[in-house]
Amino acid sequence: MSNLLEVDSVSKNFGSFKALNNVSINVPKGSIFGLLGPNGAGKTTLIRVINQITMPDSGKVLLDGDLLNENHIKDIGYLPEERGLYKSMKVGEQALYLAQLKGLSKPEAKARLKYWFERLEIEGWWHKKIQELSKGMAQKIQFVVTVLHQPKLLIFDEPFSGFDPINANLIKDEILRLREDGATVIFSTHRMESVEELCDDIALIHQSNKILDGKLVDIKRQYKINTYEVGIRVNQHHVLQQELSQKFDVSPANFKTLEDELKLNIKLPEGEKSNDLLGFLASKGEVSHFVELIPSVNDIFIQTVKDN
Amino acid sequence: MNHLPLIIKREYLTKVKNKSFIVMTILSPIIMIALISVVAYLSQLNNDKVRTISILDESGLVKDIFENTDNTTYHILENMNLEDAKALVLESSAYGLLYIDKLDAIDLVSKNIRFYSKESPSLTLISDLEYHIQTELTNQNRINQDIDVEKLKHSKIDVTIQQENFDGEKTSKIDSIVKLIFGGATGYLLFMFIIIYGNMIMRSVIEEKTSRIIEIIISSVKPVQLMLGKIIGTSLAGITQFVIWLILGGVLMMIVSAVFGIDMAQSPQQDMLQQAMGNAEVNTKAQEVLAAFYNLPITNLIIAFILFFIGGYLLYSSLYAAIGAAVDNETDTQQFLIPIMIPLILAVYIGIFTVIEDPHGIVSTVFSFVPLTSPVVMLMRIPFGVPLWQQLISLLLLVGTFLLTVWFAAKIYRVGILMYGKKPSYKELIKWIKY
Repeated sequence: MSNLLEVDSVSKNFGSFKALNNVSINVPKGSIFGLLGPNGAGKTTLIRVINQITMPDSGKVLLDGDLLNENHIKDIGYLPEERGLYKSMKVGEQALYLAQLKGLSKPEAKARLKYWFERLEIEGWWHKKIQELSKGMAQKIQFVVTVLHQPKLLIFDEPFSGFDPINANLIKDEILRLREDGATVIFSTHRMESVEELCDDIALIHQSNKILDGKLVDIKRQYKINTYEVGIRVNQHHVLQQELSQKFDVSPANFKTLEDELKLNIKLPEGEKSNDLLGFLASKGEVSHFVELIPSVNDIFIQTVKDN
Repeated sequence: MNHLPLIIKREYLTKVKNKSFIVMTILSPIIMIALISVVAYLSQLNNDKVRTISILDESGLVKDIFENTDNTTYHILENMNLEDAKALVLESSAYGLLYIDKLDAIDLVSKNIRFYSKESPSLTLISDLEYHIQTELTNQNRINQDIDVEKLKHSKIDVTIQQENFDGEKTSKIDSIVKLIFGGATGYLLFMFIIIYGNMIMRSVIEEKTSRIIEIIISSVKPVQLMLGKIIGTSLAGITQFVIWLILGGVLMMIVSAVFGIDMAQSPQQDMLQQAMGNAEVNTKAQEVLAAFYNLPITNLIIAFILFFIGGYLLYSSLYAAIGAAVDNETDTQQFLIPIMIPLILAVYIGIFTVIEDPHGIVSTVFSFVPLTSPVVMLMRIPFGVPLWQQLISLLLLVGTFLLTVWFAAKIYRVGILMYGKKPSYKELIKWIKY
């Protein structure tokens, strides 16, 4: 699969402050790409570079194989984290204006807006002013404006903030549907469970440097700790625990069970198979619980940032 | 993609459709005219009151010269002393008592004329009395000294210096006054325009920042385009408002003077002037004013007005836009507004004080070249005739500075609109330019 977006060794300084240091990322076509990093890491600067709001000091950005230029504005839809709308302007007029700025003709923009307003069941808002709407309602309008011109690349910075769970779900489904329709999505958020749920690829930026990137599955494999969470029903807990500690790296675990089981995290040494462990445990008692511990994005995030 | 027309259209329409803008546009001339009408009406009311002035002329020199007018009745008292007269006047509703003592010599009499009144009398009344008495006493004094009054009158020579430049164009004092008024009006108009609509631009930039829409907009258009669109759109709204003000003001003025018969041009000051000069003279003056107006370099004025107005206005409004971008809210703007207000105010003062004194002097000339003051000062100088090369150089400097300022403002604008939180210092602004 080819890449829709290639950021190649981009650096950006603000005075003596280095906001981006030689950052490269590749966003595959049709993927949902998670851009992660602690506050102030440089994510927003990178997004602004991709949007041509900020010019990089060095490095280049390719969209669909072409160097980023003015014609790409209509190919990108951007929902910034700091977002808002003209308070005293009517919803319809405002959406039309913003769509026209993205290069849509007025009749076309009107037709598409009508479609989206019906889809999200907000037709009645056309003549309302933004100041009459709640924050969540305004966010919906912003979402529509972002995707209206059917861009190849969608950039969402914290898209779910301000939404209630129902609307957040609605927006999530819309994002997935847009991906089905061929759009590529860059997704920047601090909510790791959404990353876990949505992203195919991620990149982690920390202190202006990219410190990790790749397919989410590959990264998880790489961070695999070979540890299993087990629960065994035996009579004498301490006897088995002692026996196990001699062979493996063992620590107590905590999870919900029905009976009074021995609960442990067991780390397998290199080369040992999980089946052997399972067989050994089965010979000692009834195994009620046997799960490989997969590092969560949250764990990977915290661990990687700490290590750097 | 060129979105400039789209941005201009939006800026213009939001401004024009804004409720407070509409209210201001319609109410301002009404309030102004109402105010002027009230003032004119009140001063007329004051003049309409008939005042009675009692005169006790013990010298008998001047009692015959006073003739009743529309608003003054003279009442001659006879056969009583000053104390009785005072008491009488105090009891009556008379405005005051003019007392002329009986003394031997006219110059003594003239030095001992008194006016008694409850409150201090109006300036016009006193000068009117003084004028009449003085004329009469002078005449009598001349007769006493065997000076032939008729001969003297005929011997008087009027001198008016005919002013003419080397090309044969005639000018006059009236010319100078008309030029002054014309230049002053255009300069002041520019000054007002910059302050009112510059602020409007600044507020609209701040609004975009505080509503956080700015990042969405500039992911579609270049900041410079947005800034220029804002400046042009707001200026067009400003011109619309100004034109409506002029038309509405003119129409209202006509209606008010037609319906209420209040002559707006008639002010007490002019009355005094008329009395001093005599009515006949005023009429010829009016013709001279008209002639002086036609003598102005009209074509040059109009072209220069348009060019300097646009140049000066754009220069200042891009500064206003940059300030708007640098701060988060209006209260933070003061610190940055002062440095741009100073040259503007300086320009108006130089225009009013120095250009009148010496339109082609070194101070006026220098400041009509300095870009931040040149629009106002040059506009005030042009009616007095400024060589074309000076106008051109000044204009070139202005345009050059304007381009430089737009570049500089765009830099601050580009960085500033994405900066939230603390108020930047000048040092930081300079850093932004380097980004």
